[in-house]
Amino acid sequence: MTEQVSSGAEAPVVSVRNLEVKLKRRSNVISAVNGISFDLKRGECLTVIGESGSGKSVMLRSLMGLLPSNAQITGEIKVDGHDVLRAGKQELMRLRGESVAMIFQEPSTALDPVFTIGDQIIETLIRHEGMSHKAASKRALELLELVAIPSAARRLKNYSHEISGGMRQRCVIALALACNPKVLLADEPTTALDATVQIQLLLLLRRLQSELNMAVIFVTHDMGVAAEISDKVAVMYAGRFVETGTTEDILLSPRQPYTQGLLNSTLHAGMRGQVLQGIKGAPPNLAELPAGCAFAPRCAFSDEGCLSWTPDATALGGSHYAACRRLADLPEFKPVR
Amino acid sequence: MSNTGTMQKLLDVQGLTKHFTIRGGILNRVEGAVKAVDGVSFSVNKGEILGIVGESGCGKSTLARLLMGLITPDSGTVTIGGQEMKMRGRSLVDLRRRMQMVFQDSHASFNPQRTILDAIAYAPRVHGKSKQQAEAEARDLLTRVGLQADRFAERYPMELSGGQRQRVNIARALALQPEILILDESVSALDKSVEAQILNLLQQLKAEFGLTYLFISHDLNVIEYLSDSVLVMYLGQVVERGPVQDVYSNPTHPYTKALLASKPSLDPRKRTTAAPIAGDPPSPINPPSGCRFRTRCLHAEAICGKRAPKLTAVGTEAHQVACLMNEPGSGHSKAAA
Amino acid sequence: MSVVSATASKASASQPRFPVLRRLLPETPTVIAMIALLLIVLMAVFAPWITTGEPYQGSALARLKPIGTPGHWLGTDEIGRDMWTRLAYGGRLSLIAGIAPVVLALIIGGGLGLYAGYAGGRANTIIMRVMDVFYAFPSVLLAVAVGAMAGSGLLNTVATLTIVFVPPFVRVTESVSTRIRHMDFIEAARATGIPTWRIILHHMLGNVAGPIVVYATSYASISLILSAGLSFLGLGVPPPAAEWGQMLNSLRQSIYIQPWLSALPGFMIFVTSMSLNVISDGLRNALDLKKQM
Repeated sequence: MTEQVSSGAEAPVVSVRNLEVKLKRRSNVISAVNGISFDLKRGECLTVIGESGSGKSVMLRSLMGLLPSNAQITGEIKVDGHDVLRAGKQELMRLRGESVAMIFQEPSTALDPVFTIGDQIIETLIRHEGMSHKAASKRALELLELVAIPSAARRLKNYSHEISGGMRQRCVIALALACNPKVLLADEPTTALDATVQIQLLLLLRRLQSELNMAVIFVTHDMGVAAEISDKVAVMYAGRFVETGTTEDILLSPRQPYTQGLLNSTLHAGMRGQVLQGIKGAPPNLAELPAGCAFAPRCAFSDEGCLSWTPDATALGGSHYAACRRLADLPEFKPVR
Repeated sequence: MSNTGTMQKLLDVQGLTKHFTIRGGILNRVEGAVKAVDGVSFSVNKGEILGIVGESGCGKSTLARLLMGLITPDSGTVTIGGQEMKMRGRSLVDLRRRMQMVFQDSHASFNPQRTILDAIAYAPRVHGKSKQQAEAEARDLLTRVGLQADRFAERYPMELSGGQRQRVNIARALALQPEILILDESVSALDKSVEAQILNLLQQLKAEFGLTYLFISHDLNVIEYLSDSVLVMYLGQVVERGPVQDVYSNPTHPYTKALLASKPSLDPRKRTTAAPIAGDPPSPINPPSGCRFRTRCLHAEAICGKRAPKLTAVGTEAHQVACLMNEPGSGHSKAAA
Repeated sequence: MSVVSATASKASASQPRFPVLRRLLPETPTVIAMIALLLIVLMAVFAPWITTGEPYQGSALARLKPIGTPGHWLGTDEIGRDMWTRLAYGGRLSLIAGIAPVVLALIIGGGLGLYAGYAGGRANTIIMRVMDVFYAFPSVLLAVAVGAMAGSGLLNTVATLTIVFVPPFVRVTESVSTRIRHMDFIEAARATGIPTWRIILHHMLGNVAGPIVVYATSYASISLILSAGLSFLGLGVPPPAAEWGQMLNSLRQSIYIQPWLSALPGFMIFVTSMSLNVISDGLRNALDLKKQM
C-alpha cells in the first residue's frame, strides 16, 4: 500500500516497496512478509499492529538487515538514503546505530550483564562517533537524563541486574539514541512491562520522537498503545498490510473486517456483561498460506470469491486504505461501547 | 465482602502471610525478608468471580501458590465451605480436590513428551480412576472446552497454538471436578482475539459447572470485564477491595487511582498527557515501614511511616480501602477526626 | 513472538513412530559408525566361530609373525598367540569394561541426580557436595587410585570405573532435573495432587533421559580408553587375559620389531571409541528438536 509523497515535501526517511521475505527451512518455506510497501517521514510514528504469526517482527528486522541467512528477501528497502538490501557489511554496520536503531521486548537481554550501563553507552559512542572517552562520558550522562532516569550519574555505574525493568528499558532507549538515529524501530518494547511503567515509557517515546524529530516504527498487538503514540497505523495480517491510515482512521472508523474484529476483541470499560465477539479460528500457518485473502476463512463476511482473490488496497479517502474485496457490501461498523 | 442471604461464602482466607528470608554474607546471616504476602484476607462467595489485580512484586502469584499449597504459608487460615484446610497431608489432598489452578500458558505448562490426553487424564488416574474412565472423561472435557476429541487427544503440546493450549490447561484443571478455579494470568500471553474466545469459554464453563473463580491478572480491563469483586494488591498487601463497579468508578486508594489512570486511552483524540505515577513498582524486599505505598504517594505524611493502615469502609460496607486518609482518627491531615 | 510459533489451522500429521531412529538414519557418518560398532560387537560375540578359538595357545616357534602370515592373517604376538583370535576375544572384555560401567553409572548417577534435582534444598546440597569431592579429581587419577586400591580383575575394573563416572552423571542429571523441576507442568502435577515418586517417574524421567543418555554415550568411549589404560598400567585385567589394553602393554617391547602388529590393539581401541563418539554426536543431533525444523 503506497501513499503519495506530496510534492515539495521532505523525502521519506524510510521507503519500502513490495517487500517479500521468505524463510527457508528444512521441510518448508515460511512466507513471513508478502508484499509490503510504505513510506515514513522524519518525525512520524507508524504503529504496526499485528498478532502472533503476522510477520511483524520479521518485517521490522528486515529494515535493519537483521534477518538470518536462510531468508530470501525481494523488494526494496531504503533507509536514510541507504539501500538496505544491497548494502555491504560495512555499510550495514554504519547504518545500524547512525541511521536506524532498534529496541526489543526484553530489556534484560539487550544489555550486556558484565558491563556497566555507562560502559556500554560509552563504547557505542567511541566506536560510532569517534568520540574521546571524556566526551563520550559526558554524552552518556546527557542521554540518561534525556530518557528521564533519576540519579543519572549513579546509574552509569550500575549493572543491568541492579536496576528495575522500567529503568532498564530506558537505558536501552538511551543506548539506541546514542548515535542520533533518524529512525527508531521498536519491537513490542512495553509488552513485558507493568501498566504504570508502560504509560511512562510511552509518554517518553512520544516526547523523544518530537524533540529529536525521529521517525518511529512501533510494533505491537495493543490498540491502546497505538492510540497513545502513533500518527499512522498499519494493521498486519499474514504478512500483508490489510488496512493503513491515520490513527483516527483505524481506531475510530476501521473498514477491514480483521481490523474491526481486533477492535471488538479489545476489552475496555463498559463491556461488562456482553459476550465478546472475538474472531473465530486461529491465524494461518505462514508455511501454508491459502490462496486468495488470508483472512477469508475466518471472516464473517467472506464469500466464494474471497477465497481465490487476493485483494489490493482500495483508497478510502485521505491516507486511509483497506484491502478487502467486499468493502462496499460490509455493514456499517458499530464499535462495541 | 458483602454476604447476602442467598449467597454463601465458599472460600475464606484470613491473615495469609509468607515471608522469604534472605541470607547472605559469609556467616549466612539473615539479611532481610521478602515480604511476599503479608496478612491478606478476603472471601469469595459461591458462583462469584474475584479478581486480584496488581503489578510486579505485589505478591499475587505467590498468593495463588499459597492457596494451592504449593508453598507453605507462614501463618493464616484457608477455609473452604466452612472447613479449615491445613496445608499438609489429608487436608491438602481434600483442598486440591475442591480447588484447582489454571496456569499461564507458557511453553513449560505441559510435559512435551506426553499427549494432551495424558496431560488431562493422568491426575484422575493417580487418584484412583481406571484408565478407560479417566480417558473417556478427558475426551469429554476436551470437547467441552472447544477442542474436538478425535482430532486433538493424541496431539502433543507443541503442535497446538497458544489458545488451544490454554483450553487444555483449563480442561486439565477441571478434570478433578473442583468447585473453585484459580486462574493465574491465564489469558495474559494470548493474542487479543484469542483472549476473547477464552474469556467467553470461561464464562460458559462457569455456568455449566457451577464454578467459582479467583482471577489473577495485571490487566485492568480483563478484571473489569470478568470479575464481580476485585482485590487490589501492592507489595504483598490488600490496598483496596470491593465490588468491581464501585472500585473502578470510585477508586479511593492513591495507588488504585494511579493504576486505573495508567490504562492507555483507546481514543487517539484523548491521549494521556502525564504519567499518573513515576518510577517502577518496588521490590518486596524490606518494604517501607507503615504504609508501603508512602514512598510514591503524593499525599504521604510523617504519620504514614509510623502507622500501618487498616482496611476501612468507603461508602458501602463492601468497598474498603487501606489508607490513613480514610481512617478516622489516624492522625493524617486529610482523615476525619 | 516469533513467526515460527504460527499455528496450524487444520490438523497437522501426528508424530510417526520411532522418531529418533528416523532422524538418525539420514546422517551418513552416524550410520557408518553404527555399522562399524555392530561389526565389532559381532566379532566379539562370534569369536569362537570366526577365529581359531584358542586365545591362550602360544607357540615358541611362531612368535611375532608379521601381518599376512599364512594361518595367522594378523600375525602372532610375543608368545606366539594368534593376533586375530586375541583381538576378537579381547573385544569381549574391552567392550564389557567399556560399556558396563557406563550403564551402571547411568542407573546410579542418574537416579541420584534425579532425586537431588527434584528434592532441592538440603538433600540436594548434601548429594552435590559429596559428588563435588570426587569430581575434583581428574578422572584418570581417580581411576588409578581406586583401581590400585581395588586390585586387578574385570569386576574390580568395572567397579572402579563406575565410581569414577557416577559424579559427572549425577551432576548432569541434577542440572537438567533442576531446570525441569521449576517448569509449570511440574507445578501443575503437584497442584493436582500427584505424589512425588510418580512425578519423578512419569514427568521428569522422560525429559531428563534425552540429555543424560547422550552424555552417557559420550562416556562410553572414555570408559573404553580408561579401562584399556588401566590394563596397560597393570591395574585392570591381568594377563594372560585377552584385552586390548593388556595387549598393548605386553606388546610394548615389540614395537621396534613389529610396529604394525603392536599397534593393532590400539587401532581397535581407536575405531571402537571413535564409533561410539560419532554415534553419541548423532544421537545428540537427532534428539535436538530445534534442529529438526
